[in-house]
Amino acid sequence: MAAVYVQQIINGLTIGSVYALIALGYTMVYGVLEMINFAHGDVYMVGSFLGLLVLALMGPSASLVGGSVALVLALTLLGAMAGCALLGVGIERLAYRPVRGTSRLGPLIAALGVSLFLQNAAMLIVGTRPKAFPPLIEKHLYHVAGAVFTNLQVLILAASLGLMLLLDQFVRRTRWGRAMRAVAQDAEVASFMGVEVNTVVILTFLIGSVLAGGAGIMVGLYYGIVDFFMGYIAGLKAFTAAVLGGIGNLRGAMLGGLLLGLAESFGAGFIGAQWRDVIAFAVLITVLVFRPGGVLGEQLPEKV
Amino acid sequence: MTRAPVTGLSNVSRGALVGLLLAGLVAFGLVADEYLLDIGVLVGVYTILGLGLSIVIGQAGLLDLGYIAFYAIGAYWTALLSTHFGVNFWVLLPTSAAVAALFGVVLGYPTLRLRGDYLAIVTLGFGEIIRITLNNWRELTNGPMGIMNIPHPRIAVSGVGVLEFGLKVQTYYYFVLVLAIMTVFVVRRLIHSRIGLAWKAIREDELAAGAMGVDVRRAKLLAFGLGAAFAGLAGSFFAGRAGFVSPESFTFAESVLVVCIVVIGGAGSLAGVIAGAIVFIALPELLREAARYRMLAFGVAMVTLALVRPQGLLGRTWVGEERDEDRAAEAGVARGITSRVSGGS
Repeated sequence: MAAVYVQQIINGLTIGSVYALIALGYTMVYGVLEMINFAHGDVYMVGSFLGLLVLALMGPSASLVGGSVALVLALTLLGAMAGCALLGVGIERLAYRPVRGTSRLGPLIAALGVSLFLQNAAMLIVGTRPKAFPPLIEKHLYHVAGAVFTNLQVLILAASLGLMLLLDQFVRRTRWGRAMRAVAQDAEVASFMGVEVNTVVILTFLIGSVLAGGAGIMVGLYYGIVDFFMGYIAGLKAFTAAVLGGIGNLRGAMLGGLLLGLAESFGAGFIGAQWRDVIAFAVLITVLVFRPGGVLGEQLPEKV
Repeated sequence: MTRAPVTGLSNVSRGALVGLLLAGLVAFGLVADEYLLDIGVLVGVYTILGLGLSIVIGQAGLLDLGYIAFYAIGAYWTALLSTHFGVNFWVLLPTSAAVAALFGVVLGYPTLRLRGDYLAIVTLGFGEIIRITLNNWRELTNGPMGIMNIPHPRIAVSGVGVLEFGLKVQTYYYFVLVLAIMTVFVVRRLIHSRIGLAWKAIREDELAAGAMGVDVRRAKLLAFGLGAAFAGLAGSFFAGRAGFVSPESFTFAESVLVVCIVVIGGAGSLAGVIAGAIVFIALPELLREAARYRMLAFGVAMVTLALVRPQGLLGRTWVGEERDEDRAAEAGVARGITSRVSGGS
């Protein structure tokens, strides 16, 4: 019996760490701009397809780079991350900045529009059928206490934790991190203090999109399959993770991602896999209703 | 309290215009072929949905992204009760609206405290939960296969005869026309009533509205409930007409489509919503070749509109307009100062 639990924990942490990576993008943008970037999940979807594109460009069995697995993986990740960074910053510049501060629902509508656009553009380009994502890494199985996990799961967990640690240190220790925190606290006052708010916003979108691109590759490798609609559900779950941890709170998003991954994995294991998505939404609604500030978030009174 | 009419026309010419429009719609039903009538029915259904959602978004300022769930509830209520218990369609039509309204209130209740953007996500979650439940609860809903052989509506008048709706498109066209006109009338009355004013007050500033004695909870629940009722009505019509319901008719994309109709048409404007339904439903149907690009175009349209005409095509006000103009002005000042500071350093 214990083995089942261990197995659920391993699976939950793996997918949860991917949710956490995407959730960071939501939470950072919300922290800085107080808007939900609906299109973030679709940026992650684009990341997956950019990975496929890079792989295709490298030719069959990556002949162009001599077939070295590490190099192929690095280039795929780099390509997806760079492409997503460009996309994220472009979206901010073209669609979000002009409506910033115009009205309450304006940015939300713009974000919804961008999400629709990306999803349908992807559908028209790659088609509605799911595409196979090549495994790249040779699979090894490890057996611990009756549970089975793969080297890929270890890699995903390690890579996402590494990226999260990097981001955490960046935000806490660097000059730009301080600027980000300042804008999140009060954009207006921060701008009086000489912080370039627009640059900080660009940086926020850049980092969030890079993480989403990375997550796109990891999920492609993990599930071996990608489609144009994957960003919608993953985006919702990542947003749930961000809310669960307290939106605007970086460490909260990381914790929220892992918690949501665990909740889903246990729920799917015990109730049935077809209810997986319902579990995530139920968690979201429960948290918002009973603790809108999230697990690590502070309870803020509404501003008058 | 009455408001100046949109167009600034006198009541007489306004009445004449409405009469002309109605005559045109009735005449359309007589001359149009089945294909055009079919599109007309679709436009009618989405007009009802759009008007219902415009109560929630346009009047109360609550962005509901799971609205199609209430349409689904109306459709499944009709489908289940007519196929299992043989309940008459004319009983199911109003009760569908009532059941959907009940769901609207029940689902609305936990969201009362949530701010705009959180609310959007929670309603989206509700919509998905309903759809997935319809999909997974095979014992009740027959899962993805859906429910077939729902009886079509019929009117039997003793001594005169029986009107079988069957598959006659023209009959449904007039039926949905009646429903849509009813909806326009009711929503108009609601907007100009006391509760309509309360919604507007909440939309502009919830805290201030509460402080002024508006019962915010009650007004919001009414918005959710009444909005959902129209979706339930439309859902019941859909089930009776198609004779078949399945979960795939009630996806998030459908919710987004109705949101597009409301937002792009003009969130606060009834004429805008109707125009939105015509543009978004009829146009892509008529331009079959372009149908593939419909949602893509919607995406672009939404972003463009948010940028250049945030109040929608025919809308006059947008949520929180006055307050946000002040904010925009402040932001402008802040930008000016920032650029000077950075220029000097």
